[in-house]
Amino acid sequence: MATTTPAPALRRKRTRARLRTLGFLSPWLIGFSVFFGYPLIATVYFSFMHYNQIKPPAFVGLRNWTYVLTQMPLFGPALWNTLWLVVVMVALRVVFGLGIGMLATKIKSGTGFFRTAFYLPYLAPPVAATVAFVFLLNPGTGPVNEILGAVGIPAPSWFNDPDWAKPSLVMLSLWGIGDLMVIFMAALLDVPKEQYEAAELDGAGAWGKFRYVTWPSITPIVMFAVVTGVVQTMQYYTQALVAGKLASGVSIGPGTVIQPGYPDHATLTVPQLVYSLGFQNFNTGAACVLSLVLFALAMAVTTLLMRKRAGLLAAED
Amino acid sequence: MPMSRPRFRLSAALVGAGLLISACANPGMGSDRDDPTAPVTLTFWHGWSTPGEVKALNDSVARFEKRHRNITVKLVPNVTDETMNQALRAGGSDAPDVVSSFTTNNVGQYCSSGMWADLDPFLRKTGVDKKRVFPKTLLDYTSYRGRQCALPLLADSYGLYYNKDAFKKAGITRPPRTMSELKRDAVKLTERTEDGGYRRVGFMPNFRLYQNSPDRMFAQWGPRYFDAHGKARLAEDPASEQFFATARALVDAQGGYGPLEKFRTTFGDEMSSQNAFLTQKLAMHLDGEWRGLMLKDAKAPFHWGTAPMPVPDDRPETYGRGYLTGTVLGIAHSSRHQNAAWELVRYLTTDTDQVVRFANAIHNVPSTKAALNSPELDADPAFRTFLTIARNRYSVALPPSTNGGQYVTALQDFSYAVEAGKVPDLGKGLRGLDAQIDADNLQSEN
Repeated sequence: MATTTPAPALRRKRTRARLRTLGFLSPWLIGFSVFFGYPLIATVYFSFMHYNQIKPPAFVGLRNWTYVLTQMPLFGPALWNTLWLVVVMVALRVVFGLGIGMLATKIKSGTGFFRTAFYLPYLAPPVAATVAFVFLLNPGTGPVNEILGAVGIPAPSWFNDPDWAKPSLVMLSLWGIGDLMVIFMAALLDVPKEQYEAAELDGAGAWGKFRYVTWPSITPIVMFAVVTGVVQTMQYYTQALVAGKLASGVSIGPGTVIQPGYPDHATLTVPQLVYSLGFQNFNTGAACVLSLVLFALAMAVTTLLMRKRAGLLAAED
Repeated sequence: MPMSRPRFRLSAALVGAGLLISACANPGMGSDRDDPTAPVTLTFWHGWSTPGEVKALNDSVARFEKRHRNITVKLVPNVTDETMNQALRAGGSDAPDVVSSFTTNNVGQYCSSGMWADLDPFLRKTGVDKKRVFPKTLLDYTSYRGRQCALPLLADSYGLYYNKDAFKKAGITRPPRTMSELKRDAVKLTERTEDGGYRRVGFMPNFRLYQNSPDRMFAQWGPRYFDAHGKARLAEDPASEQFFATARALVDAQGGYGPLEKFRTTFGDEMSSQNAFLTQKLAMHLDGEWRGLMLKDAKAPFHWGTAPMPVPDDRPETYGRGYLTGTVLGIAHSSRHQNAAWELVRYLTTDTDQVVRFANAIHNVPSTKAALNSPELDADPAFRTFLTIARNRYSVALPPSTNGGQYVTALQDFSYAVEAGKVPDLGKGLRGLDAQIDADNLQSEN
């Protein structure tokens, strides 16, 4: 079939339409290019370079990749800790947030007080909250261990014990569960009451109502909480760094380099290692490799979750 | 075959991005062509933070400004190495001209990266013979592979602080001189509470305590970290195993790693009135010469004394040695007033009167030969101990390395595992540590 070339007027019209579309898209396009596109390309570029941020970059092929993946002993612990936190912390946050959300919707009196009480800790700055937790859980002088000791319960060393350091971080994150509580409360209050009434008429108990009414209704919100939780936890940095630093007891000041991960690298996460490599050792290439590994992981997990979500939504339809 | 339009666009975009990235990866360079007699304002970033230290440096700079009417110095205190490094890499008009660091093992990184300017041309230009002015150990830790990119601005030596009252009570007449004496005295000095906890520990060797970084106590063995080719050689040095065995024996003799670590969590901040030596939770303590002044200022409620750290039993002739470090001063590569900056660096580091006054003011060890022998130096015997340690021919400093203190960090990590009893095969562990240090060094070189 012969194709006809469009008339000049039609071509101009199409160009104008394209330009208009691009004009509307430009705020996002500029933002995407400056804050995502360019940094991503630069990260890939520097991952093949030796660059100490003073001298010009020099091409070193796969050396940075080999170093990070096979010669850097902290890569394994950092990746393991990050994935451990992603699995345990996200799961517990969702369960805990949903539980508190359900409680808050069920409470008949003092609703405002309870909702505020559970939401307030979320407003505490992460550093301040972490400092407070490290103080409370200090194995030598902390009030928590003094109380546990007084009632005869053997007290763990919390942030000073490699086996307890990550669970302590999870406890800290559960204390600030207010954000998820609010989201789940909104979702729970959105479930039509008629459906519960219908379920009751069909003889459903509390579990039946949750299983067949509540859960299908709030699945998209749960998926949202899981996906955002995974992405946030992949970037977990501040609390782990502050907790490790404070619990180690090493003085902060000029002349001291903050080595993250105390105790025994139990709180070392990939973002901390990226910072340490990039801005303490100025090993930009290795830091970029690590960032790309983290990016690929986050993309893979998010894609998997989004597909799962699509499946769930299709099943629901 | 002509390139398709989408492929051409993609190639063009990638080439453009590459050019943009390369352009962004070249920070601006400074200049050493300025006239040091022209009016100029220099920015000097340093790490001192206590009021006394900051005042002493301000006074020093005021004396400099009297001599150099055309130069005004803007001082920025309490700057960490990390902040300084990042500022120098970012460049810009607010970056400092004169920089200092408390971490001598970073000098290798400063020199090899080009972050701190080479001072040899300035030394030559102004006729300063560095070998005649500075002690060799201090010159060694301020240069890297022949490049003198820093100069010592006072030094620190490490020794033993001990609680004389506790010694008297335990019937000990003098501070320990060998490692076995240290262990024996530490056990005698350790006091327990009714519930089995600690009231006081004789000597806590735990590597995370205050200044107890493993490299400091390791200095008593005089280790050689690198061979002539720059390869790590800790595994082949018998001193390494001896040092770790001694540290483990000290820990075990006083109740074990876990209980000691738990006791350590009750200690207050190192630089506060809750310092564990000051609150008498430690009877002996490894620390630098500045601690004496702090103990006096805090009016310590007990009699204390200073001595060199004990040495291995089989090397009694080395008694008096210690670990040396200090503050280093340099000129930022990005400074556009490097000749004026040199005038400040030269005054602070080589003027005998200035070095002595500053050393007396902040209780640090002077860093020039002339100042070390000055009659004007503080006569306090507790402070003089550290001068003697600094002069001792067996005293050692850390060797510089291309990536700064990364090998020390690797040693620290390994030491933490050893003291916690997590390294069953020490020899194998040390070989792994050497391999790690070599890999890190290779990774840092172009």
